[in-house]
Amino acid sequence: MRSIPSFGQAFIATLKREMVMGFRNRGDIANPLIFLLSVIVFVPLGISSETAVLARLAPGMIWILALLATLLSLDRLFQSDFDDGSLEQSIVSGQSLYVLVVAKVLVHWLITGLPLTLLSPVLGMMMALPENGYWPLFLSLMLGTGTLSLIGAIGAALTVALRRGGLLLSLIIMPLYIPVLVFGAGAVNSAIEGGSSFAQISMLGGFVLLSFVLAPLAAAGALRVGVNT
Amino acid sequence: MTYALTLNNITCERDDRVLFSQLTATFSSGDMVQVVGPNGAGKTSLLKILTGLSHHYSGDLVWRDPSLGDCKIPSYDFYTSLLFLGHAIGVNSSLTPLENVSWYFGLHGPKEGKKTSVSSAEIIEALDKVGLAGYEDIPCYQMSAGQQRRVALARLYLSKAPLWVLDEPFTAIDKQGVHELEQCFNAHRERGGIVILTTHQSMHESNPVILDLADYIEAAQ
Repeated sequence: MRSIPSFGQAFIATLKREMVMGFRNRGDIANPLIFLLSVIVFVPLGISSETAVLARLAPGMIWILALLATLLSLDRLFQSDFDDGSLEQSIVSGQSLYVLVVAKVLVHWLITGLPLTLLSPVLGMMMALPENGYWPLFLSLMLGTGTLSLIGAIGAALTVALRRGGLLLSLIIMPLYIPVLVFGAGAVNSAIEGGSSFAQISMLGGFVLLSFVLAPLAAAGALRVGVNT
Repeated sequence: MTYALTLNNITCERDDRVLFSQLTATFSSGDMVQVVGPNGAGKTSLLKILTGLSHHYSGDLVWRDPSLGDCKIPSYDFYTSLLFLGHAIGVNSSLTPLENVSWYFGLHGPKEGKKTSVSSAEIIEALDKVGLAGYEDIPCYQMSAGQQRRVALARLYLSKAPLWVLDEPFTAIDKQGVHELEQCFNAHRERGGIVILTTHQSMHESNPVILDLADYIEAAQ
């Protein structure tokens, strides 16, 4: 009777590897953030620098950019593992692919979603966001980007075996991102208008829990299909 | 009781083309099997079928383990017995050899009894054995193709999995390296393990059983 490492050991090993790889390829982390910052800088120059106009645009603009920035970083999620054979090795290890996908997505969120969330007050300031919009923006991004990474993993896994899967990935993922965008921007908007954003934030919390349970399952299934070539 | 891998009437079909058909064989403890055949004959496909990665086949595969009985492929019990070296070797070029091998064993473990972890000292010793002493902390993208393959081959010195399935293990390995690998295979066979590999090189020291896929093409046409 032979045993293989426990879920926890495999999770930690994957987490460590992904963190080291993320740190070594720092440019990949900076890319979406620089994209986001530069668009936010261009908006006042291109549209209007009037505070009233910017404040009206701010919630939707920041949320759309968060969505696009996540999308930009997704195609690399499983690609290098697929190309160098690490994905095959993960499958033949006998470990639950679910756990390994969760570890990878967690690191993806730590290097894209989290910096974006932490940057959001700065973005809000550049877009003249009214004062009572900051906390809802921060919270909605925190929960929302988690959902974006998790759902994105399904798309990345489905297109992993395709040579140029980028376009298809966007087509698969975009419709699934719409509810997150609606509730995320909605949370900030209703707070600015003086209402409560509790309902929208709760919905986003629900989304992240639901996608945490289901998305890795779907991604793991898609990865198994992907290596079956 | 010994380990045994039984292939029963395996037929592999890819894109409406039958690569090989009605392949029936049993490999048991101490066997070393060299799968040969011309390019495109389906050697890699066969190995992917044996490891449960590919489902483009019909027929039965059974892995028999003395302590577990008959196992399906793929299954958890089967994977606790397997070491697979694929066409793509599973070595990430932005990581160092030490990081690559520790990640591998973080997932696979040594597959030896209840032991589930391998220490850094053991990994460094294995890297020494494949001739990478002093390279533990050099990122793999700075290494030659042969050295990168040696990082993957270091697993062979640490894993006690009874079934080894190796796709072209000798690619980019020098003469001395091939000699050492064959010794390693022989040691594994003496422990009661099974080695299944593909290579175009002829092996002089280990005297393998040859499985020629060309023999199973005729029946297909």
